[in-house]
Amino acid sequence: MTNVMLNRRNLLAAGGSVLAASASGLLLPASAQGVAPTQSMSGGANNYQKGAPVVQRIGKGGFVMSGTVRRAGDGAPLAGQRIQIWAHTVEGREEDARSHGATLTDKNGAFRLEMPQIIPIFGQPHGHLAYDSGEFKTVFLRPIMRSAKDTSLEAHFVLQPA
Amino acid sequence: MRPARASLVWAALIAALGIPIVLAAASPFLEWRDWIYIAGGFAGIAALGLLLIQPLLIAGFLPGLSPYRSRLLHRWIGGVLVAALIAHVAGLWITSPPDMADALLFRSPTPFSPFGVVAMWAVFAVAALAFFRRRLGLRKWRVVHLSLAVVIVVCTVVHAVLIEGAMETISKAALCALVVIATGKVILDVWARNKKPAR
Repeated sequence: MTNVMLNRRNLLAAGGSVLAASASGLLLPASAQGVAPTQSMSGGANNYQKGAPVVQRIGKGGFVMSGTVRRAGDGAPLAGQRIQIWAHTVEGREEDARSHGATLTDKNGAFRLEMPQIIPIFGQPHGHLAYDSGEFKTVFLRPIMRSAKDTSLEAHFVLQPA
Repeated sequence: MRPARASLVWAALIAALGIPIVLAAASPFLEWRDWIYIAGGFAGIAALGLLLIQPLLIAGFLPGLSPYRSRLLHRWIGGVLVAALIAHVAGLWITSPPDMADALLFRSPTPFSPFGVVAMWAVFAVAALAFFRRRLGLRKWRVVHLSLAVVIVVCTVVHAVLIEGAMETISKAALCALVVIATGKVILDVWARNKKPAR
């Protein structure tokens, strides 16, 4: 539990510093340094499968997973990064291959992938995301939805060199 | 106890246990889950329900049962509770081994998991110690069992309340409250009895 708290705090801190860095980056590029890398969240890698294909959307869609990928240190957006996404949804379980898909970040470092509606499993409505391409250190995230009725979820990566 | 009152008590118990189960069975989430995960989940709900019956039996609150039969039933239900917990863990393990392993190893991201695991071990401990209760001595056994019962009830209630799952929120909270009240009543009774000199 302590780990979780620390992880969430780190994540919040990382997210906050990303925001701060991107805001100040617009005004003062020279001070946009020291964006901390995102740490993997506990349980994030559960039911991970290597090499899910890049898809237009997972299954029939209806739920939006989105986020950003940035570089640790200067917080620069990273384009063309592959992010893998999976979850327990109305169309399949976490370990089913059809529940897995990947997408690439655009020139602003943003990604967005439609997937089926996430359903709570193991007591929390949550999704899984992975950066696992090797150029940067692998990161597994496990964001939680505020409500099981939410139809979107965000996750943000700050990557450090492998 | 008058027959009318007796049937009222039994009806209330059946409602307290039955309503949460019926509402959980109506959960829209079940449509998107495998039967094995559903079975594992309902084994957990059943285990929570059994925690209400146990103190009621010991308090002698259930009409039509002699103290001897109540105790016998309490022991038997203790065994069923162990089986329900094994089914609960097995169903979840088959559904997602890494998530269940994380829970059992206390490294799960879900805050309710360690409470469930502690409650489970406390139930197993009571079940194992029950075989040695004569050797322990009744006094020591009672202290150990009651202490572990508090751990079981508190951890189970925290576990259940924090879970976002098939159980409907209000019926779950009500069942948890009843479990806490029934257990609290038994403990207060034992305390009161211990304070008084033996008659």
